[in-house]
Amino acid sequence: MAKKSKLKLGLYWAASCGGCEIAVVELREKILLLDEAADILFWPVAMDFKVKDVEAMPDGHMDVCLFNGAIRTSENEEMAHLLRRKSKVLVAFGSCAYEGCIPGLANLFDKDSILRRVYLEVPTVDNPRGVLPQPATHLPEGEVEIPRLYNTVKTLGQVTDVDYFVPGCPPQPHQIWAVVEAILGGKLPPKGSVVGANEKTVCDECKRLREEKRIKKFYRYHEIIPDPEHCLLEQGIVCAGPATRGGCGALCPQVNQPCRGCYGPPPNVMDQGAALLSAVASVVDANSEEEAARIVGDILDPAGTFYRFGLPASTLHRARLGNR
Amino acid sequence: MAGTFEPRIIAFVCNWCTYTAADNAGVSRLEQPPNVDVIRVMCSGRIEPAFILKAFAMGADGVIVSGCHPPGDCYYTNGNYKTFRRMPLVERLLEQFGIEKERFHWGWISGAEAIKWAQLTHEFTERVRALGPLNWSRQLESKED
Ligand code: SF4
Ligand code: SF4
Ligand code: FES
Repeated sequence: MAKKSKLKLGLYWAASCGGCEIAVVELREKILLLDEAADILFWPVAMDFKVKDVEAMPDGHMDVCLFNGAIRTSENEEMAHLLRRKSKVLVAFGSCAYEGCIPGLANLFDKDSILRRVYLEVPTVDNPRGVLPQPATHLPEGEVEIPRLYNTVKTLGQVTDVDYFVPGCPPQPHQIWAVVEAILGGKLPPKGSVVGANEKTVCDECKRLREEKRIKKFYRYHEIIPDPEHCLLEQGIVCAGPATRGGCGALCPQVNQPCRGCYGPPPNVMDQGAALLSAVASVVDANSEEEAARIVGDILDPAGTFYRFGLPASTLHRARLGNR
Repeated sequence: MAGTFEPRIIAFVCNWCTYTAADNAGVSRLEQPPNVDVIRVMCSGRIEPAFILKAFAMGADGVIVSGCHPPGDCYYTNGNYKTFRRMPLVERLLEQFGIEKERFHWGWISGAEAIKWAQLTHEFTERVRALGPLNWSRQLESKED
């Protein structure tokens, strides 16, 4: 990086909801500081750049690329490879790029069943001719191609080499700013680190009272108005705090909502879902096998609940293909 | 390989009950299938769900979890309570992942039940053999879709 020259920055989105983009805008007045320190060379959501502009850059031209979104289509993957080539530092920005996030729940299904569901079965869909998206369509003007949908949603790190990971759905603005400052100050930790987060769990940041209470029933979120003082898990609400990396400041429990787990696994936890399963089982007050099975039976969708944000990055990555 | 599928089975067992049973089965020369690799842990309560997932991800065709009979047999008083609170969730999780129920067994075998251990390993191995290989790594490696 030549001295005094401004940081060359790129931002991109793949399979994501747009929340990570909003989170960058949520830097508010600090975004002006970012603009002072950096030249933004690519940011399709906010500015008019084309892919060919990126292709025209020499390799390694951009200093940093913040890449949000999971890899779900052939286009997502091509862009991941292109931006890897053109950037010195590639950052998996936000839960989708880091661990697959909500789009990653598609890994409980496969491409065909998803297309069928979305384009044919959903009650609000009117598609009498049963048209499904095709990778190539012949029109009088010529052939139109759209990207191919994959069976398996992948993380950015599963398709290319990633330098840093920023967790969060979306990352919290104060954490984004901490990362930006580290980049500008050249104070980034070793490659492969998770940045913009803490080393402890959400429970460590949560002020609620814990008293080893044991529960006889789990509630779904809409079935109970939680007591605002006590630990939510100890009230029978599945709270992912014990199995989630801190960094958000326990945002959700602060507003009487359980943590859903969006900051991913804490350091040294190899599988967030398995860790959450254990934490949930630990508050069950059952003295027989039958009672235990009945109580944990209140949790209707264990895979979706325990792996809400991290299925593609988890030990098993996806449900088995080819037997449903 | 074809026609000669030998299932690979990982059994997590506690030191004080089921491992003793497995050991006794060996000492008593009860016939046991060579497919079962026993991993001894101090208590069934030490068997974290992550171990089970990792075993499948790394190539196990079936997994067994076994400890001391509840309520009172656990050497550490209530480690087996932990087990029976966790395992029903693990069971359902595996089903959601498309791993057949028959590939996962959890339960209790005391030190005196060597015959029960020999029977379990035999029956379980045959059940898994009938299902065929799980081959989870194939899914992890698939390059494209
Ligand atoms: S489980 Fe949830 S509510 Fe309880 S302390 Fe942890 S983060 Fe707070
Ligand atoms: S409390 Fe949990 S779900 Fe909410 S922002 Fe923090 S990590 Fe994400
Ligand atoms: S020692 Fe056997 S289950 Fe605890």
